[in-house]
Amino acid sequence: MVLMQGNEAIARAALDAGVRFFAGYPITPSTEIAEMMSVELPKVGGKFLQMEDEIASLAAVIGASLTGVKAMTATSGPGFSLMQENLGYAYMTEVPCLIVNVMRGGPSTGLPTHPSQGDVMQARWGTHGDHPAIALVPSSVLDCYRLTVRALNLAERFRTPVILLPDEVVAHMREDVTLPEKIDVCDRELPTVPYEWYYPYDDSTTDVGPLAPVGTGFRFHVTGLTHDRAGFATTVPAEIDRAVRNLKRKMDRFRREIIQVEHWNLSDAEVVVAAYGICARSAEAAVREARDRGYLVGYINLKTVWPFCFRLIQRVAETARAIVVPEMNLGQLVREFDRAVCGKTQVVPINRVDGEAITPRQIVDVVTELARPGEES
Amino acid sequence: MAEPRELNPSELMHEYLRPKKKFPHLWCSGCGIGTTMGAIIRAIAECEVDRDRVVMVSGIGCSSRMPVYVDFNTLHTTHGRPLAFATGIKVARPELEVIVVTGDGDVAAIGGNHLIHACRRNINLTVICINNSIYGMTGGQASPTTPQGKIATTARYGDFERAFDLCSLTAGAGASFVARGAVYYARQLEKLAAQAIRKKGFAFVEVVSQCPTYFGRFNKFKSPVEMLYWQRDNTVNVKAAPKMAAEELEGKLLRGVLADHEYPEFTELYDKLIADLAKEGEK
Amino acid sequence: MVAVRFAGYGGQGLLTAGLILADAAAVYDRKKVIQTQSYGAEARGGVSRSDVIISDEDIVFPKPDRLDLLVAMNQLSVDKYTSALAEGGTLIADATFVTTVTFPDYYLIPFTQLAREKLQREIVANVVALGALIELQGLVSKEALAQALAQRIPPAALNVNREALEVGFEAGREAATARAKAVQDYDIV
Repeated sequence: MVLMQGNEAIARAALDAGVRFFAGYPITPSTEIAEMMSVELPKVGGKFLQMEDEIASLAAVIGASLTGVKAMTATSGPGFSLMQENLGYAYMTEVPCLIVNVMRGGPSTGLPTHPSQGDVMQARWGTHGDHPAIALVPSSVLDCYRLTVRALNLAERFRTPVILLPDEVVAHMREDVTLPEKIDVCDRELPTVPYEWYYPYDDSTTDVGPLAPVGTGFRFHVTGLTHDRAGFATTVPAEIDRAVRNLKRKMDRFRREIIQVEHWNLSDAEVVVAAYGICARSAEAAVREARDRGYLVGYINLKTVWPFCFRLIQRVAETARAIVVPEMNLGQLVREFDRAVCGKTQVVPINRVDGEAITPRQIVDVVTELARPGEES
Repeated sequence: MAEPRELNPSELMHEYLRPKKKFPHLWCSGCGIGTTMGAIIRAIAECEVDRDRVVMVSGIGCSSRMPVYVDFNTLHTTHGRPLAFATGIKVARPELEVIVVTGDGDVAAIGGNHLIHACRRNINLTVICINNSIYGMTGGQASPTTPQGKIATTARYGDFERAFDLCSLTAGAGASFVARGAVYYARQLEKLAAQAIRKKGFAFVEVVSQCPTYFGRFNKFKSPVEMLYWQRDNTVNVKAAPKMAAEELEGKLLRGVLADHEYPEFTELYDKLIADLAKEGEK
Repeated sequence: MVAVRFAGYGGQGLLTAGLILADAAAVYDRKKVIQTQSYGAEARGGVSRSDVIISDEDIVFPKPDRLDLLVAMNQLSVDKYTSALAEGGTLIADATFVTTVTFPDYYLIPFTQLAREKLQREIVANVVALGALIELQGLVSKEALAQALAQRIPPAALNVNREALEVGFEAGREAATARAKAVQDYDIV
């Protein structure tokens, strides 16, 4: 057992999962990750680079990943905004990488040392064009470790950038944790065909084709332009359609494998509190207290915010009288809940944007109001 | 495969291009990029670099389309960022020969910051910047190297801004090797490119090139050939310059190797760090 | 469950004090611990705080609702955080800088002055305060504290920090005796 900080757990997990390249730019409150990687990577033969900005950081990460090395960067709001350009490139070129965005208050420079959850929609739609997105949100230091490993595994498995979205509280808090003794690590699939048969964007046999490391004889082309299966730019409508749809398709097909949600007490719940990140901790404390006081309340912790767990929420909407969604923003993920329930149940947001975490008290007050027994009859 | 040196020039081109895949190319007739591509290919062949080890990285623009046509590992990235992508590739796999092909808009405007930091960082990269003094792909807008007073679609009354001297810029930022060539002097260009590839450290080659379609038409050049004559008449071999009078050199661009230093190279320093730490760990 | 806040100027070592306490409780005393912090943009100056919750059970919400103990290293922190103290809580303040307290249960001990005079190092005032806190309130075993200190403090500075801890214990004992005497005197009157 050790006392470990969230950011430290992320760096530790990345090293344990085989990350051997990090490029980044200092920014509060993510800097501890870069600092730790700069010390630890050379010890295991890995490379650390401090780049001139966040645009260059993600570019270097993508370049390194293309050579077959597991690569990542870490940043916060303003830096994540700069990364959107090359994030789109990574989606388009299907290059695995991990982007950690420690959420601080925004917009703009906002609140460098205070938490928020204001980047949830940016993680989904921040870069232009239709693209898939995977974003995981830890709510404890142990989560920081586990979800970093998971994010890297998903990135390699589905040849896509994956975003880890801790908030400042989770990233900076220290907790006593016992790290898993053994972790499952997934590495990207490599081509087994002769050089001349290789197509880097071949989806004919599987949804995710193998990715050859640059410099191993395959000599393929990579471009951010909409491309055919060989990787060359195309303007043929059928090929364009196929390329854009394929990006989404692989995510749709495997959404059950990607989405990870922790929930309990849903079966008899009149009110369900659905939260993520630090708010899930407030929600857990609130739900426990409400249950102790006899209220029928359920709990959902969305460890995966993107793709969104539509089916689960649809099911909950059939039975619960209300879904309470606490968020440290002015209501971002709550829109997905609205879309999922289609008016079948009440969706009640709790929002806070003063740089402080939503407290269990705030949630208890709302929940006990909504779940008051006998109100319906 | 035959030894590249035994091939005649056209066989050599055919050997290193992707003829079945992507031709015809998209460059205008009279453009300087094709000539430069030929020089780069001959330089790579001359340096006898295994093509599987060659990674050509580009950004966005006419010159940045070169990777499409050459049979290496090729990466066509985002606007201005090829140096950052190349940095990641080279640091992750120092054994690869990473060549960045870029243009004046790509490397000096949107990618200007990456350029000066790449010079400072001194990673063993080769950068070939094809400078045609204009944005070709987007239809002829002013670039950071458009000479003052020249016409572009965003500078209809003549460009107010002073042009960057890319060689002074990169030399000042600490590049190990800086050279300038011109499309008119294709043979010299080939030699400079080969020197840049062989150079251990960050090597930058500016290629004075021509865009007859936009720059030429807007600025009263009657033909591509006239633009090539301009290169002949307005550039001076750096070796000949010391013997020339000041008035002869007035307004002329120097061609040849303009800076050549031995600085510690980043990936070597990093590999040494890894080795040292491993030794420490054994203790 | 006990919630402790260390507060003062950035640079007074509040984070380190919080970390040593958290380490001692978690790693060596095997308690459940969460440490959080809040700080401004200043590396030196500004108001910085470090909160440590120590519990026998899992801690769900990491931010303390009410503080049981506030260790304040300057007047600003006393003014800002006294209202966060729970009824029955205790305020321990650095008498070197704090002149006014409005909380009924408090100890005023000149941590910085002690560090300066007894150890010639103002920088270890945080560890002096930590020593006094543990002497007065328990929270963790002294063995655990010593181990955590050795873990967090670089070897070159470890001796002076160990001495600082002793100075803190001593100051805590004196403060406790003084209070006991004051209570006694009050009874006599």
